[in-house]
Amino acid sequence: MTHAVSTWVSTPTPRVSHHFGFLRRLLETRLAGAGLVISAIVVLCALAAPLLAPYDPNEQDYLALRDPPSAAHVLGTDDIGRDVLSRIIFGSRVSLEVGLFAVAIAIAVGVSLGLVAGYAGGLADDVIMRIVDAVQAFPNLVLALAITAALGPSIANAMIAIGFVGTPGIARLTRGQTLSVREREFVAAARVCGATPLVIMRLHIWPNVTAPIVVQATLLMGTAIVTEAALSFLGVGVQPPTPSWGAMLRTGSQYLEVAPWIGMASGAAIFLTVLAFNFVGDGLRRALDPRLASRRRQ
Amino acid sequence: MVPVLLIVSMLAFGLLYVLPGDPAVAILGENAGNQQTYLALRHDLGLDQPLYMQYLGWLGRVVQGDLGQSIRTHESVSTVLMARVPVSLYLGSAGLLVGLALGLSVAVISALRPGSRVDSVGTVVAMGGVAIPSFWQALLLVYVFAVLLRWVPPSGFTPFFVDPSLSLRMLILPAIVLGTHSAAVIMRQGRSALMEVLEQDYITTARSKGLADRSVVARHALKNAMIPIVTVIGLQIGSLVSGAAITETIFAIPGVGRAAVDAIFFRDYPVLQGAVLILTLAVLLANLATDVAYAYLDPRIKYR
Repeated sequence: MTHAVSTWVSTPTPRVSHHFGFLRRLLETRLAGAGLVISAIVVLCALAAPLLAPYDPNEQDYLALRDPPSAAHVLGTDDIGRDVLSRIIFGSRVSLEVGLFAVAIAIAVGVSLGLVAGYAGGLADDVIMRIVDAVQAFPNLVLALAITAALGPSIANAMIAIGFVGTPGIARLTRGQTLSVREREFVAAARVCGATPLVIMRLHIWPNVTAPIVVQATLLMGTAIVTEAALSFLGVGVQPPTPSWGAMLRTGSQYLEVAPWIGMASGAAIFLTVLAFNFVGDGLRRALDPRLASRRRQ
Repeated sequence: MVPVLLIVSMLAFGLLYVLPGDPAVAILGENAGNQQTYLALRHDLGLDQPLYMQYLGWLGRVVQGDLGQSIRTHESVSTVLMARVPVSLYLGSAGLLVGLALGLSVAVISALRPGSRVDSVGTVVAMGGVAIPSFWQALLLVYVFAVLLRWVPPSGFTPFFVDPSLSLRMLILPAIVLGTHSAAVIMRQGRSALMEVLEQDYITTARSKGLADRSVVARHALKNAMIPIVTVIGLQIGSLVSGAAITETIFAIPGVGRAAVDAIFFRDYPVLQGAVLILTLAVLLANLATDVAYAYLDPRIKYR
């Protein structure tokens, strides 16, 4: 792990090889490689949805209501004749959007709280951590449901709710890391040089606590996608006609006996995406954990 | 635990205070047009008081077991939720049982034969079990076992003492859905904890004495590996409680989780407040039980 002081003397060459080494360690686990490939496909679907989708996701064909998979509609059609594959491709946008923004909210709030609690200690630490404990005691989905219900069902509110629910985990992790980093000599040196607490937290502590937070954020991305799908499945997340995997699953559950393909395809999309982020998160953890790295070397 | 409970109560109160819509209007419905009746009801409900007074009044009633009155059915929230607690406990225990039975058995087999085919399959299944969305898993199971094979009813609930056989048949799918995530997490954590313990010298000693694998695992390894496993089980109670909201809704089981989801849709905020409080209390009690279990499992741990 590099810290702020050491980056002053680093040269580009070892940095590049360091990055390649990290990538090699990440790809050492085949599952992380598979996860990266699936994540890349999902990102590609989200970015190039209009080019990849065979139909407009909201185009209704009343002559093809609940049509089973065929050459014309590879994954069949839904209850009002919309192409399931096109809606799944466009649905990746909602899932990634909600996941990214929710994780960004959780990191912005969680890291700030964790840094302050860990660095300041004392009363600030006690107050912040008791609030974190209390929020963590709420069952995640029930809390996300209650927040979304309170703010009104929409994509933005789903992001806020999921981000809020993910915040305590990030705050706790950041605090733990900050507690150990703040005792290091370079932090003491910065303090002696007259750096303010804000500068110390931003320039000296934050760069040294990022690795486990990146791992946690990747895993949180998967959780955020499932939670968004759960909210939409229950009807308080993304509202129709916006294509969303959770909402498609909700429709699928209503037509399970006559058109099982609606629910199966959207569920598989959620499952594979979450699995991919979990694989990448696990791979990152292994690549960044010095204990596991030394075990690998042995 | 008391400060945490106090903050939880503030959050539950504050969060639901911002629910859209005026509760007085919700109760009065079409009669909300009458200003006098509306103001009188707001006064009766204490909605005309400052927020902190409303909170203190609400907290005072909550600690006496009075969670208010349902806006929708006008029943006492405590009575409604207490009738649902045994249903959620029944489902939750079944889910935990599935999680423990599956998780621990595969963890032991995997730890004893690391790298074997069983271990590889177990690892992949565990990763899948963590990632699978419970609502999709529920649909898959209902489609296969209720729609195609017709072995079990697709949804519904029957109390155990009314018809034990039907009750258990109705419980199987929800219990599997609820327990899968826990099973996967217990499997992963249990495997690594057991593998670490199995490398210790006293295990080698036990083996060199000629003890059978079963004895070594059951009497020496498992108890020492239980601390991290119990931590995970304690954390899984929170996930079970959270999962109950969705599982109970999908399988139409009249538990506390479903009451919370229904209350959101009917804007019945006293029921939602009560359900959230009960579910959160369950998580806090599980955390407490985990701490007590540590002291039992490892006599070196003492609480002052």
